[in-house]
Amino acid sequence: MDSLIPLFVIVPLGIAFLIPLVWKLIPSAFKYLPAAGMLVLVVIAFFMLITNGSETVTYKVGGWEPVKNIPIGIHLVVDGLSMTMLILINLIGFLAGLYSVPYMKKFTGENYYFVLFSLMVAGMNGVVITGDLFNLFVFLEISVISSYALVAFGSSKDELEASFKYQVLGGIASLFILFALAITYWYTSTLNINDISLLLKQAPVSKITIFIQIFFIAGFGLKAALIPFHAWLPDAHSSAPSPVSAMLSGILIKAIGVYVLLRLFFNMFQISLEISVIITTIGVLSMVIGVVLAIGQWDMKRLFAYHSISQMGYVVMAAGIAMIILSKGGDKGIAVLALSGGLFHMFNHSVFKGLLFLNAGSVEYATGTRNLKELGGLSELLPVTSVTSLGASLSISGIPPFNGFFSKLIIIIAAIQGRFYLLALLAVIVSIITLASFMKVQRYAFLDKLKKTRIQNIKEVPFLMCLPMIVLALLCLFMSLMVIPGIRETFLMPAVNSLISLIM
Amino acid sequence: MLNYILCFILFLIGLYGVLTRKNIIKIIIGLGIMEYSLNLFFILMGYIEGGVIPIVDLSSSQPIKYVDPLPQALVLTSIVIGLATTALLLAIAIKLYKKYKTFDIDKINNLKG
Repeated sequence: MDSLIPLFVIVPLGIAFLIPLVWKLIPSAFKYLPAAGMLVLVVIAFFMLITNGSETVTYKVGGWEPVKNIPIGIHLVVDGLSMTMLILINLIGFLAGLYSVPYMKKFTGENYYFVLFSLMVAGMNGVVITGDLFNLFVFLEISVISSYALVAFGSSKDELEASFKYQVLGGIASLFILFALAITYWYTSTLNINDISLLLKQAPVSKITIFIQIFFIAGFGLKAALIPFHAWLPDAHSSAPSPVSAMLSGILIKAIGVYVLLRLFFNMFQISLEISVIITTIGVLSMVIGVVLAIGQWDMKRLFAYHSISQMGYVVMAAGIAMIILSKGGDKGIAVLALSGGLFHMFNHSVFKGLLFLNAGSVEYATGTRNLKELGGLSELLPVTSVTSLGASLSISGIPPFNGFFSKLIIIIAAIQGRFYLLALLAVIVSIITLASFMKVQRYAFLDKLKKTRIQNIKEVPFLMCLPMIVLALLCLFMSLMVIPGIRETFLMPAVNSLISLIM
Repeated sequence: MLNYILCFILFLIGLYGVLTRKNIIKIIIGLGIMEYSLNLFFILMGYIEGGVIPIVDLSSSQPIKYVDPLPQALVLTSIVIGLATTALLLAIAIKLYKKYKTFDIDKINNLKG
């Protein structure tokens, strides 16, 4: 079983370097390679989750055994949370890869696009499975450098400017992370996450660990675009080609931002009250300010991008609530509930936000614009896009029976049980504002009267673009089954257990 | 200790450059300064006064002080990553200059927010 783990990096990396070759030999086939590879990885990850559950599997790269209980070499570690993340990364990657095949026809240099796309997935898979801090940094850089290039792919004025802004802020974030990593190594003389956590648990919380944690929050907060660090996200995510926006918003900010934050703060550091309060505050700020900034936007993709900030705020707030309860030594059941709500919302968000960006891409593909003021009446002309986007909109604004309702409900229940009444109230209000802004999208884009100027030649997008949207819309509906006991134990709880159980 | 403080000051100089300069090329240089200060920091951590290169010498009988080799390996990797980011940044800067005919960050403001 453990020999399957390196495949998650090898397959996308191999495909990235195979594409130039296949492009020369069989020009019609290279577009389907990334999607095919990621489909294989989804199946492997699913199989591993079913058979392993929340068990932790370790693969030692190069077969280096620990010497005197000190691990040497790089370890790849997979547990419940990593496996769920792997399923999501490769699933959204597979669907966005399929969607790219017709969508990218109008661009030149398609082969470079698919190379960068595979490299980005390889980096994200690596971040999720690695058990070594420096290795995490390397994989993180692989995925963000390819995403910088993908944001600038259209190379028009806006895209270049967005990419430059993203690169400067992303560069500063990477350097903060590297700095924190250097001090961690200086303090503990090891880079293995498991080893560091053992060392840090023996010592009391010192000023140095607080210092390291602040730098990690700044670094990964910039990567995850939480509120004080959010300036690059709306530009970058709205300028990229739509399948890439779906990957960036759906997966990248989670895999290299929120996932790493959760992993480090729950599994590596001792939880302290000050840091938990900081994380909760950042989460609440992102949740509220993100949605307030979103409601005034008229560019479809910009609006969705601001909602990504707001929805990630829910996840970080839920994790922060769990951390506060744990650090105060409160009821562990409530902490588990809050964290499971947060993780569930993170998984749901990657599905419905991926779908929303694919919808925006279809609208742009069919009509040539994504300005809501110029659109209207698309529900008759683009039936598949309009129905799936209705599903995604209901899902993100928390209407039952879609998945977003259940995850938000769990977060709110946990906040009330933990006596965070103000946060619960804010979560409800933000959800209502989200509903309002998505009603605006539905009304102006799909339900309004047709604008006469743009009526010619609008027809439904090709089948390969419809299929990913239909699959994601069905997932929006069926992921709500994850709250049912029985299914919950197989899919959701392994992820939660891998974060909480190590603390006990 | 003075080494570390100077190293941190170098980091802050780079950060100051990134935050205050208006010219794109100067911002890129600022990022480079930050990165090299971190590389220096890594090397300083592994350095021991009077340490030798970390190749095990079995013939000598008394214990030898070795310099920690791991930070050096990490710095090599981080230099390569820095090369990739700088190259991409400069490529984007050239493209930006072709589109806007300026390096001034204040004049490159199509996007708001």
